[in-house]
Amino acid sequence: MQFAFNDEQQMLHDSALRFGADEWNAADRLKRLAEVGEGAARRWAQMAELGWLMLPVAEEDGGLGGGPVEVMAIMEGVGRHLMTDAYVSHCVLPAALLAGGGEHCAALIEQVGAGQVRIAAALIEEEGFDTAAISSRAAADGDGFKLTGAKAHVEDGADADWYLVSARTAGVSGERDGVSLFLVPASAEGLTVQRFRSVDSHRHCSLDLTDVAGIPVGAIGEAADRIDAARDRAIVAHLAEAVGSMEAAVEATLDYVRTRQQFGVPIGSFQVVQHKVVDMSVACEEARALTMVATSQLARGGEASSLIAAAKVRVAQCGIAVAQQAVQLHGGVGTSEELIVSHHLRRQMMLDLAHGDRDYHKARFAELTR
Amino acid sequence: MNLDLAPEDREFQQEVREFFANSIPEDWKKTVRAGLRLSPENLVAYQRRLAERGWGAPTWPKEYGGTGWTPQQLHIFWSEASAADAPAQFHQGLELIGPIIFTYGSQAQKDFYLPRIISGEDWWCQGYSEPGAGSDLAALRTRADRDGDDYVVNGHKMWTSYAHVADRMFILARTSNEGRRQQGISLMLVDMDTPGIRISPIHTLDEKHHTNEVFLDDVRIPAANVVGEEGMGWNYGKVLLDRERMVAAATAMFLPQTLRAVREAATRRKTGHGLLIDKPEFRAKLAQVEIEAMAVQAMVLRLMADAAAGADSGPRGSMVKLRWSELTQQATALWVEALGPKAQHFAALGDESELPEDMPFALKGALYARVTTIYGGSSEIQRNIIARRALGL
Repeated sequence: MQFAFNDEQQMLHDSALRFGADEWNAADRLKRLAEVGEGAARRWAQMAELGWLMLPVAEEDGGLGGGPVEVMAIMEGVGRHLMTDAYVSHCVLPAALLAGGGEHCAALIEQVGAGQVRIAAALIEEEGFDTAAISSRAAADGDGFKLTGAKAHVEDGADADWYLVSARTAGVSGERDGVSLFLVPASAEGLTVQRFRSVDSHRHCSLDLTDVAGIPVGAIGEAADRIDAARDRAIVAHLAEAVGSMEAAVEATLDYVRTRQQFGVPIGSFQVVQHKVVDMSVACEEARALTMVATSQLARGGEASSLIAAAKVRVAQCGIAVAQQAVQLHGGVGTSEELIVSHHLRRQMMLDLAHGDRDYHKARFAELTR
Repeated sequence: MNLDLAPEDREFQQEVREFFANSIPEDWKKTVRAGLRLSPENLVAYQRRLAERGWGAPTWPKEYGGTGWTPQQLHIFWSEASAADAPAQFHQGLELIGPIIFTYGSQAQKDFYLPRIISGEDWWCQGYSEPGAGSDLAALRTRADRDGDDYVVNGHKMWTSYAHVADRMFILARTSNEGRRQQGISLMLVDMDTPGIRISPIHTLDEKHHTNEVFLDDVRIPAANVVGEEGMGWNYGKVLLDRERMVAAATAMFLPQTLRAVREAATRRKTGHGLLIDKPEFRAKLAQVEIEAMAVQAMVLRLMADAAAGADSGPRGSMVKLRWSELTQQATALWVEALGPKAQHFAALGDESELPEDMPFALKGALYARVTTIYGGSSEIQRNIIARRALGL
């Protein structure tokens, strides 16, 4: 039993921290965010060069076969430096969704790994976060399928070249049987993409599909398990991101309370402030321990669904509480765009929503542990 | 990062599981799940069974009669004990004074006292707190004056749990008023049948007798019963600091027992619209506590891995104590909630057998749990420790 990274994982971790320090220096953050496309393209190319994009791709698909722990090593850095580069949405998640999905999938995965295409997953509809709660339909049309319906939210979907769209080939919303998965190019006829920026500067979208041609991924009508398994990988990766962000927010707060003087003394000398910082660091430890246990359980291939649901709930609760307190202890300046803690809070709030919020996963945990 | 069990650990797990299989009497379980102590006779019986198996002192080194288990083995042992609804071993001898004796005690003290702790022959209590010395223990005023080969001790100890059943007590007493307050405090081992000791029960809100005041009037304690050097008693507590993460870990691992009781009670309880366990509001509450308990179990795993690697855990033992104690309060409160109106039937005025199931255990447990955020360093003190040790504030 050991929690430490091995040498290779430690190298990835260090590399992510270096990358973050170089590319996402907190002092230049507003400038970086203003660049949008150009900066994102440059960083994505660098990530490809570093081998990160090949990392989570299975060896059978020509990748490096990195597991959840290797991804965690990178995501802690992503969270610590609040990188908006969509490593999970454009790499970890599509690689898992496409794995073993057929010849055309293999070709696309290769391009994902090379940083040549971005694929985003369109899984969620108005009905909520349950991946089986979908009503979009895919009707057989000659050799192919035509998709019709609406996808309410596509995480980091604004700049995708392709979408992985879940749609029903049978059954009704809520049933796991009959859920299928399709590839749709962003330029497809009948596809309308509405793009949005979120408060943490991620770029999402929603989709409207009317008779859009889709290429099936995996077996028709049996995609529910594939989707949930891939979603678990994405969730666990985001947990590590949340932990990295929380720890950075606590460190920033510690620095601040040690130096900020009021009433002639550092505010960190007040017990009421100290105990709040303690609670923040306890929350970090809870989140870190759960994330590590959930990640390694997923990595060893054991049943991890209820543990991942539990971790998703608790890490979101802890992450939001920590970031809120970080803002609080910074005082007025904590609410400013200028200071990094306000960015941590916004990211933690949005991370809660990614792939299901606290309440959804709590209900899911209750269901799984009935 | 690898949390798999090694093959030899899996074998050990099997061995422990077999030991515990069907070994805990049904009538112990409600008390155990409520986080309450079994009767001293039952706890001693349990200790004897473990001792016969060679497992009487799980955390002690082999040379003192312990198991010499690795942190991984300890984790397995406590996991299995917890799953079997076994009680936690009484810790005052095993975890509080035993390690001090084997680290700082004389050979004679080691030879005499240690085997008696393991066998369950001696029940120890801790005479530390006083009316004016709670969280600020160094304010203690109990005096020990040298008189020939003895010390004559006078003072008033508070919150001396299980003094009423103990054979022996370890006390901190002032042997000097010179220098810093922490100096001049000595650690002494006292036979409870020494003349001059008077025990008076403290009645607590849970109506269970666990704790006492102890008055010491001219109690003569042989100088040979001082542990280590006179005036150095305060420092000996340090050996416990490193061990306390294990105590916190072990205690936290018994939390799932209470949660099982909550589940069972909610599964039995009929409400207007089906069973309580099927109500989304209740399930959300239960899920919340269960999830936080899982977080604490994950923190425990990290502590054990640190211990296995010989790494410092910083204040993460304190973090586990903080969270475990809060959660045991929440879990027992939820158990009471699950019982509904019948939780008001605390004691039978007539036929005892008419008491509702789980009563009075659940409510006693919920009330007793209030002390968990106070004893062993209150939550406020734990936060001070974390602020100082981890955060440098």
